[in-house]
Amino acid sequence: MRLSGAKALVKSLEAVGVEVIFGIPGGAILPTYDALYDSKIRHILVRHEQCAAHAADGYARASGGVGVCMATSGPGATNLVTGITTAYMDSSPVVAITGQVSRGMIGKDAFQEADIIGITTPITKYTFQIRDPREVPKTVKQAFYIASTGRPGPVLIDFPVDVQREEADIDFDEEFELLSLRPTVDPHPLQVKKAAELLLNAERPVILAGGGVIISGASEELVRLAEYLSAPVAFTLMGKGAMPEDHPLCLGMVGMHGSAVANKIILEADVLLAVGTRFSDRSTGKFEEFCKDAVRIHIDIDAAEIGKNVKPHVPIVADAKKALSAIYEAIEKISPKMDRSTWVQRVKWMRERLATIPISSSGSIRPKEVIEEIRRQLPQDSIITTGVGRNQMWAAMYFKAYRPRTFITSGGLGAMGFGFPAALGAKVAKPDKIVVDIDGDGSFLMTERDLATSIVENIPVIVVILNDGWLGMVKYWQDLFYRKRYCATCLKRGCPDFVKLAEAYGANGFRAHTLDEFSKAFSEALKSDVTTVIDVWISPDEPVLPFVPPGRPLNDIILGGEGGGEG
Amino acid sequence: MGVKQPKNSLNIISFIVQNRPGVLFRVAWMIRRRAFNIESISVGPTERPDLARMTITIYGDEAVVEQVVKQLRKLIDVIKVSKLDPENSVIREMALVKVSVPDQKARADLDYYVRAFRGKVVDVAPDATIVEVTGSPRKIDAFIELMKGFGVKELARTGAAALLRSPKGIPGEEK
Ligand SMILES: Cc1ncc(C[n+]2csc(CCOP(=O)(O)OP(=O)(O)O)c2C)c(N)n1
Repeated sequence: MRLSGAKALVKSLEAVGVEVIFGIPGGAILPTYDALYDSKIRHILVRHEQCAAHAADGYARASGGVGVCMATSGPGATNLVTGITTAYMDSSPVVAITGQVSRGMIGKDAFQEADIIGITTPITKYTFQIRDPREVPKTVKQAFYIASTGRPGPVLIDFPVDVQREEADIDFDEEFELLSLRPTVDPHPLQVKKAAELLLNAERPVILAGGGVIISGASEELVRLAEYLSAPVAFTLMGKGAMPEDHPLCLGMVGMHGSAVANKIILEADVLLAVGTRFSDRSTGKFEEFCKDAVRIHIDIDAAEIGKNVKPHVPIVADAKKALSAIYEAIEKISPKMDRSTWVQRVKWMRERLATIPISSSGSIRPKEVIEEIRRQLPQDSIITTGVGRNQMWAAMYFKAYRPRTFITSGGLGAMGFGFPAALGAKVAKPDKIVVDIDGDGSFLMTERDLATSIVENIPVIVVILNDGWLGMVKYWQDLFYRKRYCATCLKRGCPDFVKLAEAYGANGFRAHTLDEFSKAFSEALKSDVTTVIDVWISPDEPVLPFVPPGRPLNDIILGGEGGGEG
Repeated sequence: MGVKQPKNSLNIISFIVQNRPGVLFRVAWMIRRRAFNIESISVGPTERPDLARMTITIYGDEAVVEQVVKQLRKLIDVIKVSKLDPENSVIREMALVKVSVPDQKARADLDYYVRAFRGKVVDVAPDATIVEVTGSPRKIDAFIELMKGFGVKELARTGAAALLRSPKGIPGEEK
């Protein structure tokens, strides 16, 4: 078929099932936008390319499919960088398409030329530059395959504008041959047998679930194995939602702001089964001390994660779902369902001893109350996104997630500004679900302009700003480690007026000082069919506890007033 | 159950990559990004025009070398990675050394060393000579050490190229 490169691209995107693209046009990508004009693909015009990338990421995380964003060359492309890095750190499949100057101008420092391949190679799984329109279908197929195969991640396609315009005979059926990226998905039977025997003979087994469990869709297998073994399950921030948090075996989040019981119990394990986690320092505390006396089994699809931070005794390179199934089947063959009453009792006792004591009222509305109220009013399948900072940690601690893909947060990069555009992406992916962004005032201000997108493109979400008037988490560290010398962290609450800001865009705006006000505003928001921003004024002095200071082992946990128990 | 203990030694990693623009950049970037401290890297075509072979030499404990191998395997352009056992591999490097030879005596000494190392004099000028020498990286190190007595003006090394010996291969000259 004789077509321009641009038309070939759009046709190829349709062929791999793309339904939505988030982006902003510009000179070097205009032929492709012109081709989009005739396509059934929905293009969502955002107000900043960072939003396009975060929204594509949110779309991918909520749906399990690939998210797509598009930008012009130069500044359009460089504006994607934070979003692409976020997707890379959290293993999210995003395909970014950027315009580029003509082939003949590349390397000449042409107007709006940026070496986006050079810039994004370290933050993508792969990058392509299309040098010939005939390469288009094959490149698109490869990009989607790479983004979603094995450990997912972002892929960038750089598309020079003259290649977009050039016509050629395009073969859409041409298949690609990739000599690498053949991930081991099936676990090695010998390793499975070893793991099964260790878990069977364990006295105090603990399972640590990471984001890989969610990516591989292994929640059922996780719960089934945990129940069979009577093994408590802790999760990392990225693994939140992998196991329903009301399950009696669920310990909650582990790590720097993990629950007291999760951090204590995981260190008591004699056998640790870690699955789909890269042992981030935020999850393990000091690497050398983490479960150092336990026998460690590590399942991951990315062989490079095995032994990178924490050395396992039994490495299993495999898809999480397949590995958990295989271990379950191996155990079931040898032994009936285990009843580890002493261990279960110990966990129960710890849980009760460390249970949060009811919080005292401090005059201001407490983040915990706000978040629990959100949970109370939402159906189980609603989706939460977060900003970065205290708001994110409070959301992780207090919002109970019951299903995979319902808690979406920037874990690895910790990119402020992620929450709101990710919420837009999630809502586009799941229009029937309620999407709530629990955000900080600082984080929200980084991407608030896309309120315009949410109104104009009719993507209603709810934004709850836990407004402390500070770059709260940083202030908290200044409180703890810098003798309250508040350098550059006060945002001066009231500027902007978030209610007026919301209204300026045509969104609903509410302010809440009390739980009652918040509760009413939130139920109003649930009834509205446009985006609502609720500005909740909390105390600037709210602690984020429990807390394991950076670089310390998990048992150096500070529980503080609300954690109860020792500390 | 014990986790294996680290040990420092020279390691050779040989790998086949797609012969495409940007591949060297991707490999070099990964090495920098992960803060691996390599000794040398070399690249060149193979028997197949679409593939190239790269060779890295690196000192490091087992854990570091494992990580280098795994991170290389993760790169989309890398097709096959092998860790070569120095005992069972042929490993060669070439060096060009420009030394000063002010007088007859120096010339004679140099000649002696060059012959002992089976090197070659490839350029002669009144006050300087360029010598070419090939061999294992260790042999090259030793040769350069000797050349320091003359005063090394300039030095260029290619980095190691290596291949695994065939199981029944007969070691030729110099192992
Ligand atoms: C883009 C970006 N810049 C800076 C930081 C460093 N940082 C981490 S938390 C934080 C404060 C966040 O403030 P806010 O969004 O108001 O949330 P709060 O902690 O007050 O809940 C900052 C500046 C970051 N994570 N991301």
